[in-house]
Formats: sequence, C-alpha cells, structure tokens
Amino acid sequence: MRQFRFSPALPESPALNTGDALILLGISTILYGGVRLAFNAPAVIAGPDISLSPLALPWYALLSVGRMAAAYFLSLLFSLFYGYAAARNRTARTLLMPLLDVLQSVPILSFLPVVLLSLSAVLPQAFAAEVAAIMLIFTSQAWNITFSFYQSMTTIPHELRDAAAVFRFDPWLRFKAVELPFAAIGLLWNSMMSWSGGWFFLMAAEIFNVGRRDFRLPGLGSYLQKAANEGNLPAILFGVVTLVVVIVLLDQFAWRPLIAWTDKFKVDMVEGDEPPRSWFLDLISRAWLVEQFGARVWRPFSEWVDCGFQRRMSGVIASPEPSAEAGASRLAIGILTGFLLVALYGSYRGAALLATLPGSAWAGLGKGMIATFFRVSVSLMITLLWTIPVGVVIGTNRRLSIVLQPIVQIVASIPATALFPVVLLALLQAPGGLNIAAVLLMLMGTQWYLLFNVIAGAAAIPQDLRYTTDLLRLSSLDRWRTLILPALFPYIITGAITASGGAWNASIVAEHVEFGGQTHSTTGVGALIAQATSTGDYALLLAATLALVITVIFINRTFWRRLYRLAEERYRMD
Amino acid sequence: MNTATTVNQADNLLDLKMVAKAYRLEAKEFLAVRDVNLCIKPGEFVCLLGPSGCGKSTLLRIIAGLNSATSGTVSYHGLPLKGVNPYTTIVFQTFALYPWLTVQENVEIALKARGVPTAERSQRALKLIDIVGLDGFESAYPRELSGGMRQKVGFARAMAVEPELLCLDEPFSALDVLSAEALRGELMELWLNKKIPTKAILMVTHNIEEAVFMADRIVIMGKDPGHIVTEIAVTLRHPRHHKDTAFQNLVDKVYAAVAGQSKPKEEALGTQPGQPGVTRPLPHSQLNALAGLLEKLVDEGGRVDLYRMGRDLVLELDDLLPIVEAGDLLGFTTVQEGDLLLTPLGRAYADASILARTLAGYCLDLRNAPARR
Repeated sequence: MRQFRFSPALPESPALNTGDALILLGISTILYGGVRLAFNAPAVIAGPDISLSPLALPWYALLSVGRMAAAYFLSLLFSLFYGYAAARNRTARTLLMPLLDVLQSVPILSFLPVVLLSLSAVLPQAFAAEVAAIMLIFTSQAWNITFSFYQSMTTIPHELRDAAAVFRFDPWLRFKAVELPFAAIGLLWNSMMSWSGGWFFLMAAEIFNVGRRDFRLPGLGSYLQKAANEGNLPAILFGVVTLVVVIVLLDQFAWRPLIAWTDKFKVDMVEGDEPPRSWFLDLISRAWLVEQFGARVWRPFSEWVDCGFQRRMSGVIASPEPSAEAGASRLAIGILTGFLLVALYGSYRGAALLATLPGSAWAGLGKGMIATFFRVSVSLMITLLWTIPVGVVIGTNRRLSIVLQPIVQIVASIPATALFPVVLLALLQAPGGLNIAAVLLMLMGTQWYLLFNVIAGAAAIPQDLRYTTDLLRLSSLDRWRTLILPALFPYIITGAITASGGAWNASIVAEHVEFGGQTHSTTGVGALIAQATSTGDYALLLAATLALVITVIFINRTFWRRLYRLAEERYRMD
Repeated sequence: MNTATTVNQADNLLDLKMVAKAYRLEAKEFLAVRDVNLCIKPGEFVCLLGPSGCGKSTLLRIIAGLNSATSGTVSYHGLPLKGVNPYTTIVFQTFALYPWLTVQENVEIALKARGVPTAERSQRALKLIDIVGLDGFESAYPRELSGGMRQKVGFARAMAVEPELLCLDEPFSALDVLSAEALRGELMELWLNKKIPTKAILMVTHNIEEAVFMADRIVIMGKDPGHIVTEIAVTLRHPRHHKDTAFQNLVDKVYAAVAGQSKPKEEALGTQPGQPGVTRPLPHSQLNALAGLLEKLVDEGGRVDLYRMGRDLVLELDDLLPIVEAGDLLGFTTVQEGDLLLTPLGRAYADASILARTLAGYCLDLRNAPARR
C-alpha cells in the first residue's frame, strides 16, 4: 500500500550545491588574504624587494586586485554622491558638471608625485605609496562612472519619476527603487571600462620613482617591471599569464554575472532575443546559502534601513518639477565661495612658481608639446587605419563576431603598461627605439576604444540599408563612401575623443623610462613632466601639466566637439 | 452667505478657482491653462475631454500636486494643496510600472512608501492583484505581460493605497481596442458596485465615446490656451450601450462641442494675417491628409457625421480635429451640428489633379505654413 506523507515535499536539490561551494571558497580566499595582510604582510611590504618567484604571483595578484577594488569602491561612492548632487540641485549642477569636465582632462599621472610626496611626509612610506596608488587609480576610474550616473539620473523617464512622487516615495526609496536601478546598466558598463583603465594606471603606480625615492609596491605591475628590467623571460611570461588569468577570472566571476543580473534593469518593455547569461550567476542564484542569506539577513536588513529613512524623511513630498532648493543652494554657494578662495590662493602661488621658470624652459615646453602632438596624431592615424576595416568585418559578420568578441575583449583588457617593459626590452636597442616604443604604448593603450566603437557602429548599420547597397551593386569604394563611413562617423568620433585624451595622458609613462638601471628619454611634454618629477622641479612640473591640461581641453573643445556636433546632426541613423 | 460657501467647499473633494499654469520656454512665457474653475464632489466620475494640447493633462498634474498652479487656488477638502496630493493616485497612460519589479512588488512598493508593515503589505497587494484579475501573475515582470495586463497592474497599484480621488490619465489610449473595452467594463464594475473605497474618479481622455460611456459629468476643454469650454452632465443609466439612440445623440452633442461649435464663426476662424483681431494658425496637419478627407467627403456625398467618419477612418479625435480645422480655415469644409460639409471650393480641390493641387497650395500661400510639411 502506498504511504501518504504529510510533511512538505523535500527540496529536489541537496541543501548545499556547487554554488554554495564556490561561495565558501570565495569567502575563505578573502579570509586568507586578510589574515596574511594582518600577520604576514609587513615582511613583504616593508622592502621594495620584488620576488620573481612564480609562487609570489598569486599574492601579488591579490594585492593588485585589492588596490583596484579599494579604488573602485571609492569611485563608485564618489560617483553616486557627486552625480546625485549634480542631478538634483540646479545650483550644484552649474558648478559640478564643468568641474568634472576639467577633472577628466587632467593628466593624473603628473599629479602622482605631488600626492606621493605630501602623503609620505605624514604617513609611513609603504602606506603612503598604497594610498597614493589607490588615489591614482581612483582618479582614472571615477569620472566616467560619475558622468554615467549623472546622465541616468537626468534621463529617468518622466512617468517613472511622476509615479514615485504620486505614490509618495521618500528620497531614499526613490533612490533605491527608481534611480539606482535605472542607472544600474550604465554604471556596470562604465565600471568595466573603469577597471580596464584602472589596470593601466595601477601598473604605472606600482613602479613609481620620485627622485631617489623608490615607491615600489609589491604587485603584478612591479613584478612585470622587475622581470623586464632583468630580462627574465620566464618571469615575464608568468607575470603576463597571471594577469590574463586574473582578468578572465574577474570577467567570469564578477562582470558576466553582473551583466546577466542587471539585464532586468533595462527599461524597454520587450524581451530581448538573447538575454545575457552567466553560468556562475545561474549557479549561485540557486544556492541554498544565497537564498537563506536573502531571506534571513538581507531582506530584514534592507527593510530596517528603509523604515529608518522613512521615519526621518516622510512629510510633504515635493513636486517633481525642478526648483532651486534654497537651503541646498546656500550650501552650494558656500562651497563655491570656499572653492574660489582656494583656487585664487592656489593660482596666486602657482603663478609665483611659474614666474621663476626661465625662458628656455618655456621654449623646451613648446617643443615638447609639438613632439607629443605628433606622436599622439601618429598613434591615432595608425589606430584608425587598422581598427576601421577590422571593426567593420567583425561588426557586420555575426558568426565572426561571436568568435572574436571575447578574444578581443580579453586582449584589450591587458593593460598596455604591463606589456610596456616587454616592448622596451625589444625596442630600446633599435635607433629611435623609445620614439617608436612611445607611439606603440599610446597605440596599445587607446586603440581599443576605437575598435569597440567601430564594431558597435558597424553592427548598428540597418540591415535594409546594407541590402539596398547590395542591390544597387555599388563598387566597394562607393559602398564605403555612401554607407559605411557615414554610418560609422559618430562612433569613430566618440572613440577618437577618448583615444586621443588617453594618448596624451599616456605620454607621461611613454616618453621617459627608467629601464635596466638606465634612464631613457625623448623629446615630449610627457618626458618633461616625468623629468621634472624625478628631479623635483616643481615649477616645470606645474607648467608642463598646465600646458597639457589646456591643450587637451582646447583640442576637445575646438576640434572634437565640432566633429561630434557634425556627427550628431548629419550622420545619425534615426 | 460666507458660511454657506465654506460648508459647500468642504463638501467638495476638490476645488479649483481661477487656476492658471504658465511655462517658461527660453524667456518666452507659454500659457498652458487659464481661468479654470472646477470642483469634484464625492461619488462623481468626471471626465476631462479635449483635443491634445488643451492642457487637460496639465490640469490633472496640478490636481495631483505634480505641478503647482501659477495662479489661482487649488484646495482639497477646503484646504490649500501643498506638494503632492496625498489623497490621490494616478493611473498613467504609459503605465509607469517599474520594469525591474515584479507585479506584486510594483503594487507593494506603493504600500511600502506609505509605511504599511511587511505582512499586511503582501496580503493587501495579493488581494488587489486578485481583484483586477491577475492572480497567477504575481511574480511576473511587467515586460512579460500584455499592455492590458500591465494597465491592470497600474490600476491595482493606484487602488492599493485606497485614494479618495483616483486620477486616470488616458489610461486606455495605449491599449488595443479590445483590451481597452474590457478594462473599461471591469473598472466600471468595481466603481459602480463600490468594490473599491475610492470616493471620486477624474479621468482625462480624448475619446468621446469613452467619456460618454463612463462619466457622470464631462468637462470639455479647448486650447490656445487651455480653458474649460463647457460641461455636459451624463444622466444615462448604467450599464450604457454604444448603440442606444440616447447614447449616440449625446456623443454627437459632445462632438459638436469639441469640434468648436461653441464660438461664433468669425471668432472661431480668426482674422486674416495683418488684419486686427486674433489670427488662427493653420494646425499642424498634412495637406495630404486634408486631400484624403475631402475625397472621402466626395464619396459620402458631401456631408458626413464627424463622429462616424472618425470611427470609419480609425482616426482618433486628436488626429482628425486638426485636419477638420485646417479644412475649415482654408474654406474647404464647414462644420454643422457635428456633421462635416464639403464646400464648392473643397469639391474643386478634391477633383483637381496633382499639379492643380500644388498650384492651389502656392496660391493659398502655404509655402511657409507648417501644414505643408
């Protein structure tokens, strides 16, 4: 006879599954890292001695990733506050957005020595170097995330905002349930971009010399640098492989799951053909631990937070129509006044410092600007020459793009600065070697922006236009002239703006290197900045940095912005 | 006298007195509505009806407190309204559901914002989802639902917090005809049988039949700038049927009021450019559409019922009225008692060749008129 069971049916999966195992593994790794940091780390950090043993690599990788993560969370926090303030308050916006525009054109590498030296005056050296590295990475990561969040905040569909007001969401609930979810996808993509930018600067920050002070930090970047310095090929190989492994792991365990998860935050009301998937997300979202954590810890906690905010913020819900808030704008005016005062004092001191600079230094600076300008132009030309055809082939061929996209993404995410010592090793003996190497570094660091934009642009060419061109039997020259280049134009401009800014910035690491115990230098504003840094010539450092900032902003405002407007007006696809 | 008005005002849920709303567009002031007097009493279903651009949605937003009036007073229960009106919720034309929340979460979050504790929240949400007929879809996301089902979530959310005044902003106009019809019937069933604690409903619409089908009172608005033209009480008994003669007559009457029979001809047409008086701009409609309308009129023998034609051509009021207005201004058609009449000039234009029409266009000096776009 069959027996009836009155207890609820057992869950089909065992209580702990693979997802749980992975979570436990992750937690224990973090714990191990923390413990080593607490007990063991000083011995490693104390000396700038970098071990070339492959066994040291996991630990170095962990350190580098830790720096990146610390800087990234700072950037994210900064972006949320800054973007929120700029979007919600009109007075703040008029101050914050232009400031952000300037900040993102600043060559951050030239500020590192000042930051380092001032920090090392008040902090122990190893710690100062850590903080300086994190700040450097922060400045390379924060701006685009902030722009993205600000843009999301200001483009939330009206009706979603109205609904939040009508249903009386307090500011916290509105942020949590409307603004943050709406911004999530943009935040994620920009975070990924920021991480690859961050790797570039992390490699530079881990191997920084100021005068005779050696601010080396143990990490992947310093490992690669030392390996290249010693011409140790196996060590170089180990280092690069480790870097690639780290990048792939991050992609599989952080970015892919996040992309798949944030898919639900898209606003368009149709189901996508192929929603992004992640095996890891599928695994852990079924995990017992995650479910328990959500039900027992996360939900009660978020409920408690929401209630706390509600008690504090409930009251009259303001109309969503924009109005300058008096109290907040008074605060903004206060900040503005303070900022202006500091800026005034700073520019007074700066001008006094610049006045001490001899005329010959200014002439050298002019020559350096021209030399770097040519280098940037050449690298941009080469980039355009190869990325447009390759990007079009990948973008218009679906099968090819499925195969090549992930490979290109991995290759692109290897920071150019990590490979730069290798390039130097090969090129320094050749005549004009550093010149070529400098252009190559600019190229390696910035070509991907263009390639990805061209691929996106080519993939966005409407099918019917492609068919029409086929039917018209246009020659391949005409086809490029009438369809492909005009369609790509806005994308090329967008990519080129980022690429050119990046190339200017990279000149600082590219034009002046200390390698194999020797200093190599070529003419250029980046070299001037680097030299001024190592000799402690702060007047020249300031002059060169200012010249670089002004040039980049000037080129952006006159040349690129005009092309961008043209692209917007004439070559838009809709 | 004084006390009488106060008492009277307190009886009303909502009172608008001489309300005006102006927007500023690059140093130019643009008047959206002016001189609006409106009251809503408990138990009423009021429709705001008018062509697009007449400020009916602006008015709804002012009533909900999403916008503030530039001048005039808005009072609720006799008290001036400050910030977002806590006694109303809105059902939006575009649903305004949060795509990242499930059906149940979308309803629950409205309750959460009002501080309803967790357990009660989910119980009330589930009950409402059941009332609107969406049980089984609690954990679906809005993008997985049809338009009609999405709007049901919109209704459930709006009704969950039990507002005294339920505002509907063209809630059926983004739905297909059948879903809209079904949803209208279901809403009327909830409202008439008092299954929801709502005290009054205010609906914005440009669909005349919908207004006649649902409302107790239709407030007709005109544009340039938005103002109230007239109010028509609907005393037909529920359930109302589209085919009834009384229903049809009322639709005709509302149509005539909306199509601009309210003003004397001279004022309605305005004066020639350069002449004293108010000029009327040619509405943004296409000459092609006007030619099509004239040809249809010829087929119909030169006279057609506006409302019937709108239905035949599957044109919304918003699409049809500008064309009719353009025909009126150009002297091709005239409107009489809800009927559209073809003039001899209009007949000549309808019969003309493409070339002749183009020439006529130039003769009428429409080169710079927006109508030629």
